[in-house]
Amino acid sequence: MRLTQGTFSFLPDLTDDQIRSQIAYAQAQGWAVNVEYTDDPHPRNTYWELWGLPMFDLKDPAGVLHEINECRKVFGNSYIRVSAFDASHTWETVRLSFIVNRPPEEPGFYLERNEVNGRSINYTVRSYAAAAKPAGERY
Amino acid sequence: MAHVPASRSAADRYKAGVMQYKEMGYFDLDYVPKDTDILALFRITPQDGVDPEEAAAAVAGESSTATWTVVWTDRLTACEKYRARCYRVDPVPGAPNQWFAYIAYDLDLFEANSIVNLSASIIGNVFGFKPLKALRLEDMRLPVAYVKTYAGPSCGIVVERERLDKFGRPLLGATVKPKLGLSGRNYGRVVYEALKGGLDFTKDDENINSQAFMHWRERFLYCMEAVKRAEASSGEVKGTYLNISAGTMEDIYERAEFAKSLGSVIVMIDLVIGYSAIQSISKWCRANDMILHLHRAGHSTYTRQKTHGVSFRVIAKWMRLAGVDHIHAGTAVGKLEGDPETTRGYYDICREDFVPQRLDRGIFFDQSFASLAKTMPVASGGIHAGQMHQLIDLFGDDCVLQFGGGTIGHPTGIQAGATANRVALEAMVFARNEGRDILAEGPEILQRAARTCTPLAQALEVWKDVTFNYASTDTPDFVPSATPA
Repeated sequence: MRLTQGTFSFLPDLTDDQIRSQIAYAQAQGWAVNVEYTDDPHPRNTYWELWGLPMFDLKDPAGVLHEINECRKVFGNSYIRVSAFDASHTWETVRLSFIVNRPPEEPGFYLERNEVNGRSINYTVRSYAAAAKPAGERY
Repeated sequence: MAHVPASRSAADRYKAGVMQYKEMGYFDLDYVPKDTDILALFRITPQDGVDPEEAAAAVAGESSTATWTVVWTDRLTACEKYRARCYRVDPVPGAPNQWFAYIAYDLDLFEANSIVNLSASIIGNVFGFKPLKALRLEDMRLPVAYVKTYAGPSCGIVVERERLDKFGRPLLGATVKPKLGLSGRNYGRVVYEALKGGLDFTKDDENINSQAFMHWRERFLYCMEAVKRAEASSGEVKGTYLNISAGTMEDIYERAEFAKSLGSVIVMIDLVIGYSAIQSISKWCRANDMILHLHRAGHSTYTRQKTHGVSFRVIAKWMRLAGVDHIHAGTAVGKLEGDPETTRGYYDICREDFVPQRLDRGIFFDQSFASLAKTMPVASGGIHAGQMHQLIDLFGDDCVLQFGGGTIGHPTGIQAGATANRVALEAMVFARNEGRDILAEGPEILQRAARTCTPLAQALEVWKDVTFNYASTDTPDFVPSATPA
């Protein structure tokens, strides 16, 4: 399966030039860009690991791309995403977030059904990778 | 007693009998509205021979304290405070015998946190008043002190996006079709296919409740199986707006609780359930971590015609206060009524914290929302992937684009239709962020994206000539004037 979280997952994997164009857009909006990675991309896993802090004062997309490539060297078999944070009043949240690296194999998720109360089902989405191996040894 | 002419004593003012509304204190062109006043702008069409200023004063009177005759019991009250005042009357540009009447109401006339009370005051009896041929509530200015009595949307755009983990692009939805007749099991099939193909949401239609062909519990059970299967197949959070509208509030709560017990992230109501029911279910949603989608079923009966009724911009304002997270606000390019600039005015009201007066979008007053959460506008009805550049140019990222027929009617199936829409959307947002002029280059951007996405190529081919070019009935009365350099 292909994990389709993030703003551009239905497009072919982005080239570094394409990634740079989106980072430049985010920086032009005044948003701070950061890099995060994980080997547990469950849809409810909100907190991917921070690769350093959001780059609040950086105005050059090349600097972010450098950090992405440093992160890829260490976690090339993990998911890596770029997120852009908007600190302006009434937003104060992520405004753009897209995947820039994914493992070569994506085993995906399965649905666990817990049958309760007659026909009702409590559903749990489980990750094949996370179920098989501990953190750091997946993918 | 500033509004009783000096020449007339109080005893004279309250003498039994009938008096012009203008003479009763409901008309004062010198009145300067207070920051705490609620302001309303009405379009009035007086009966032949009726003085527009008297008609405007009558609207102020009948929507506040007046009745058709003088009553001595006014003198038991601080009646000057409770009288609404028409403070300005302008002819409507290009519309003979229509006037804009600006009316100010003291804040004490209104109950806190009650759209019912607000609407009963402002659009109560007065709309049937005989001396007027027609009356339309065009806009309102709600003071911050009043706005702050409402909790507003429990999620709003920011929290909804954080919960769904979806940023930087419009959300994508589809209304299940045919809207009537599918069994629960067949209905869930449509939901599964659309969500698996790439949509974020599917949606019940406004009149899907609990009919003979599909009981509501069947729909909820099969829909949640579909939602969760699609979540597992994509790794994304998905949702389906389960319509919980019903005949009684007890039924509405029962359906809401069942939706929650099955793990739904969102429920849906129709505007026709009424303002109290909307505020009640918003309160329930706040207590139960649920996103609330509002379908504006019924609104066109009173919003569409320019001379009589209530503008949708007023309804949008009320619904943001009442606390809905989503509201259908028009597409401009689709099959339903919607002038582009007027529609953008609705979107501003839903999404901005401060909406300045903007006559070319039909917005007559500055309106602060005092940090109330933003309502996500929904564009739904007769739109398709080939219009993606126009939709994103008009409405930006913070909206839901709903392609019902434009998903389900795809020649190679619902999944393909959903994928076509999602690819078109992402490609267009990507291109805009890159700095492309999407309005001019949109068709080319779509064609390029279609080279690596066969479903998009098919969608563009099938719907290439579909447009709905009819004149809008509800258009701005003012055109933009050139800004001095």
